[in-house]
Amino acid sequence: MKRHQYRADALIEVLHKAQELYGHLTEDRLLEIAHSLHLPPSRVYGVATFYHFFSLTPQGEHSCTVCLGTACYVKGAMELLATLETESGLRAGSTSADGKLSLLTARCLGACGIAPAVIVDGNVAGHADPEVMRARVRALLDED
Amino acid sequence: MEFQDLQIMAEQERSRRKAIRIHCCTSSGCQASGALELFHQLQAAVEAAGQNERVDIVGVGCMGFCGQGPMVSVEADGVLFEHVRPEQAPEIIASLDGGPCNVKQGDHAHPFFSRQLHIVRRNGGVIDPERIEEYIAVGGYQALYHVLHEMSPAEVIDAITRSGLRGRGGAGYPTGLKWATVAKSPGERKFVICNGDEGDPGAFMDRSILESDPHLILEGMSIAAYAVGADQGYLYVRGEYPLAIARLQKAIAQARKHDLLGSQIFDTSFNFRVDIRVGAGAFVCGEETALIASIEGRRGQPRPRPPYPAEHGLWGYPTLINNVETFGNIAPIITNGADWYAGIGTERSKGTKVFALTGKVRNTGLIEVPMGMTIREIVEELGGGTPDGTPVKGVQTGGPSGGCIPEALFDTPVDYESLAEVGSIMGSGGMVVMDATTNMVEIARFYMEFCMDESCGKCIPCRTGTVQMYRLLSKISAGQATAADLATLEQLCHLLRETSLCGLGQSAPNPVQSTLRYFREEYERLLRKRVRINLTSR
Repeated sequence: MKRHQYRADALIEVLHKAQELYGHLTEDRLLEIAHSLHLPPSRVYGVATFYHFFSLTPQGEHSCTVCLGTACYVKGAMELLATLETESGLRAGSTSADGKLSLLTARCLGACGIAPAVIVDGNVAGHADPEVMRARVRALLDED
Repeated sequence: MEFQDLQIMAEQERSRRKAIRIHCCTSSGCQASGALELFHQLQAAVEAAGQNERVDIVGVGCMGFCGQGPMVSVEADGVLFEHVRPEQAPEIIASLDGGPCNVKQGDHAHPFFSRQLHIVRRNGGVIDPERIEEYIAVGGYQALYHVLHEMSPAEVIDAITRSGLRGRGGAGYPTGLKWATVAKSPGERKFVICNGDEGDPGAFMDRSILESDPHLILEGMSIAAYAVGADQGYLYVRGEYPLAIARLQKAIAQARKHDLLGSQIFDTSFNFRVDIRVGAGAFVCGEETALIASIEGRRGQPRPRPPYPAEHGLWGYPTLINNVETFGNIAPIITNGADWYAGIGTERSKGTKVFALTGKVRNTGLIEVPMGMTIREIVEELGGGTPDGTPVKGVQTGGPSGGCIPEALFDTPVDYESLAEVGSIMGSGGMVVMDATTNMVEIARFYMEFCMDESCGKCIPCRTGTVQMYRLLSKISAGQATAADLATLEQLCHLLRETSLCGLGQSAPNPVQSTLRYFREEYERLLRKRVRINLTSR
């Protein structure tokens, strides 16, 4: 926050940084940010909930994000997602009870040339095959 | 920095080049296919073969043929390798001296490459985007020098106007006219914003340009800032594009170091600074007033226009907002002249357009073609038709704001007016090919779900209209709708178009209307099913 001179318009930058450092944004942290930037808490909460990038709940240790952009969609991303949902027992957008895995979806990763695309723990995999991905998700879930 | 310094830097850069230069694509698409590992293996292979003095391995930006990645090319003899695996690196190095090589080779003479015309993407896949020296070696920043020392702001605007360049973000507003409006709007300060919030699913041109040639965009923004009288710029980039952001940060730092950004650029009184703003995942932020709100640190909600940002933009000051690809055209126009640019393309749409060709098509990737090429040429010649020979049904352009164009209309040339006539839009340039197996009602439902999720909630027609339309489409899709439902759907299309606040809501019905217009029988077939079920149950 210091780097942005506590300017109110740096709110989104600050939220990005906070999420990067702590993984997700808690209400206490949002209050702290509001206080430091001299903004009403409502404004900070409003911004944090408006953008898809910010998460107010903790994310799993591992993450698997299925791209549902148009190119991926016509190349079978929905079937891929359904396979992973069945395998993990999770619905898209949720985290397993033991905090191991978050199954997420993305609007478009801009990797349409290699559709369908999936990100597993930050690494993009292209031309994703449902069976291969099923095995990877299984491995993440079974990991100790 | 003086003009001579630029030339000296370029000369130094050219003289340190080795006899053979091998390009390895390190853009997001190829990285996902293992390009970084390949890059290291190529370096190791050169080392192992004792070819360090002769061969240089260069990580370059996007070559465009993303579906065939990772791609490697040998500069001098133009050999192109596709789907290269890291363990094949020694084979490629050995092939330089005539060794056997079984790596799949691409063909530069293929229409996918030969029919393209590169203006914005001319450095993509040729230079290392992480080194400013390489950009300068291909003539970079000379246009900016020329502008600052030899042209008045009015002359720059005149050149852009005469070139006929139109906004590449989708709407196609004449760029010169926009610049002139900002230049003549009174204000203590002015801003230049580059819109890199490429939210359309199925589009990745801007990502590729930013990753492959970040300095081209910085130079374009600097020229624009000089023309309109701005001293501060913002590059708004999607958070989903970490590599583009990293490369831009590097590019800005390098440009600053060489005094190509900052104060008294090229020893003139022109000052220009650029900061990056990272988007946080909101499609609506591609709308210019929402984007401004987001830069100001607020919720990305649009406001009614006028006043347009050109008069009342960021913090109330006159602001120029252009798309990444638009800025990418600026330096080439200055270098080659407005007349050169105006000679490319069609009567009213000049220059080239970059498209992301994806979906059910053999050759997926990025293409830059002159305006006026027909959709058939793009899909069949460059794209090579569908992978398994299934007939092509249509192509979707313009993302959630665009429409589906049926195969019967594939002779439509791609320019702003022709696409609008057939009920679609140019959009940012996504082109998703659909074959006979694609269900058009599902596609319409897919886009409506997107718009429903992305509606910012400020105006009622969009907030509730998209939900209602999505429900109706789901109902039709499930075979439970009646003809009355279809009529309601059509009414809602009209309502959203006429009464929504911003482009998102106004264009949300486009996919529905265009599929209804060309593929109505698919909707009606689903309606009829209901009747049949009723009859049998009696």
